[in-house]
Amino acid sequence: MTAVRVRLRRGIGRGIGRQGAAVALVVMVLVAWLSFPRFGSPDNLRDMALQGSFLAIVALGMTFVIITGGIDLSVGSVYALGGVLAAYGSQWGFVVALVLPLAVCGLIGLLNGVLVARTGMAPFIVTLATLLLARGLLLAITSEGSTTYRIASGSAFLELGRGTVFGFGYPVFLALALCLAGGLVLRRTRFGQSVLATGGAEQSAVLMGLPVARTKVLVYTMSGVLSGFAGAVTAAYLESGVTVIGVGLELDAISVVVIGGTLLTGGAGTVLGTVIGVGLRTVIQNVINQIGTLDSNYQSVVSGAFLLLVVVLQRSLATRAARGT
Amino acid sequence: MTAATWDRAGVARWLQEYGVYVAVAGLLLFNIAFTTNFLSVGNFRTQLVQAAPVCVVALGMALVIGTEGVDLSVGAVMALSAAVIPLYLGYGALPSIALALVAGLIAGMFNGVLVAYLGIQPIVATLALLVGGRGLALVLANGQLVQLHDPAFLFLGTGDVLGVPVGVFAAALFSVAVALLVGRTTFGRHLVAIGGNRAASVLAGVPVRRVLIGVYAICGVLAAVAGVLSTARLGASDPADVGLLMELSAITAVVVGGTPLTGGRVRVLGTVMGALLMQLVRATLIKHNLPDSTAQMAQAAIIVGAVYLARERSSR
Repeated sequence: MTAVRVRLRRGIGRGIGRQGAAVALVVMVLVAWLSFPRFGSPDNLRDMALQGSFLAIVALGMTFVIITGGIDLSVGSVYALGGVLAAYGSQWGFVVALVLPLAVCGLIGLLNGVLVARTGMAPFIVTLATLLLARGLLLAITSEGSTTYRIASGSAFLELGRGTVFGFGYPVFLALALCLAGGLVLRRTRFGQSVLATGGAEQSAVLMGLPVARTKVLVYTMSGVLSGFAGAVTAAYLESGVTVIGVGLELDAISVVVIGGTLLTGGAGTVLGTVIGVGLRTVIQNVINQIGTLDSNYQSVVSGAFLLLVVVLQRSLATRAARGT
Repeated sequence: MTAATWDRAGVARWLQEYGVYVAVAGLLLFNIAFTTNFLSVGNFRTQLVQAAPVCVVALGMALVIGTEGVDLSVGAVMALSAAVIPLYLGYGALPSIALALVAGLIAGMFNGVLVAYLGIQPIVATLALLVGGRGLALVLANGQLVQLHDPAFLFLGTGDVLGVPVGVFAAALFSVAVALLVGRTTFGRHLVAIGGNRAASVLAGVPVRRVLIGVYAICGVLAAVAGVLSTARLGASDPADVGLLMELSAITAVVVGGTPLTGGRVRVLGTVMGALLMQLVRATLIKHNLPDSTAQMAQAAIIVGAVYLARERSSR
């Protein structure tokens, strides 16, 4: 009987940890809808979807990395680098504009992965170093940040960021498609299972013969490619490679992943949770903008407090569940 | 067969132990030989003044890393302390500095409680303050840069004590204090023990939670000191910009100085040298007209190299 109760309590704990963000999102949307007449307007919904889509693409890669028990602090720099490379490459046409950022950012991710998986260095320090590396590269190709490459108007590449279907921008659909694919990969493929196993119990995964090192290399590479892609799409939307974007993006990405119920200790997490986390963050930001009288700096205060709240909740539920056994 | 492997490990250990001194000496020699106007009192003063805030922050960071933690919020705490100063400067320099340090103390204890009592990973606990702290600082300052005119306060940035710039003097003072704290007090022994083996420390009756809160509190106060020094040197409170990416520089200085990220050991002199080394690297690159981009990539390579060497030792 106690076993049932423990399981029940654990189930509830897990439920709040995983679904808490979804409940919060629904409540936030309802409150915002009722309080601000402009919130529900089609224009505003479109804007929010577009804003969230860039973060969602970056957070998707981060979700995989965090599930393996790692962390990727380089995504903000890589995102900015991806945008600049896309704008720089757009002078040679669509393919170069897309392939150049994906290749370079993928290589940086690969470097992260190899250093983490093969040398056993701490992920946060490795990716901290590549954060600098990517920023340095960015500065090097933009003559120390003084050149902003513009994407020529009429370039097919611009469509990637500015085109719309049913009023919603292409980036929204790209993000949705990528997240759907990511969710399926995590749940339904052998690779996804080794990602979960690597973060859950690395020693056991190694002993079971799972390709742990290869899995790690792959998730960091994926994170690099996705961040670069998000940067490229952003550049297409902004029509230029803005050099100063992406600072602190890694924190946003980590927050939304954690808020979505993915454990920072690795081993458990969902892509859907991350998408909900992105939604929640976008709505909060929008509400703060709607209030208008609030300083935009409150945004980061709220983000920090919210991140903390979720982590403390996760933690206390986890200890209670552990004590229950 | 073992001779070769032992030798390699020995070299790695030696490099980790003394590498930072060799690197500092090497860079000094290089600059003396190839950089014009390097050997001047004015230049040395500039280098030391620029290294001082990083050094002060890195000292606190070394203590935290010694407990197998990390504090990502130091830059945000610097911003908080910078934002507090102009609010109370009307009461005089001393009260405003004291309140800035109190802000750092509160921030540090906040981190400490999260880590020690709620059991949250240090990276995440301090990440939350990194995100929220700078926002709070900007809210306090209305997002604006404030020029400061109090002469007593500005003395901290421009004045001399015994012929040494105040900031450098303070950094030296704190270095000695932290070295004594680690080497000569029970608290220091405790913090190293916690980093070495937390479970064993609990069983041995070490007041783990209290020590952890103390360590994060000290780190917060030192970050606030660095915030005060930077603000005084700038002559303005600029919470948007002060201490940006400071966590990176501080962690680099600590790791380059030979303190392992796995905790259990604190090297204070190495940390000071690490801070000096990073400053020298930057100065060398600037003086030879190498751009900022190269400087950042060089820093990345140094971090990876230093951590790689440290790993070699800890895996033995």
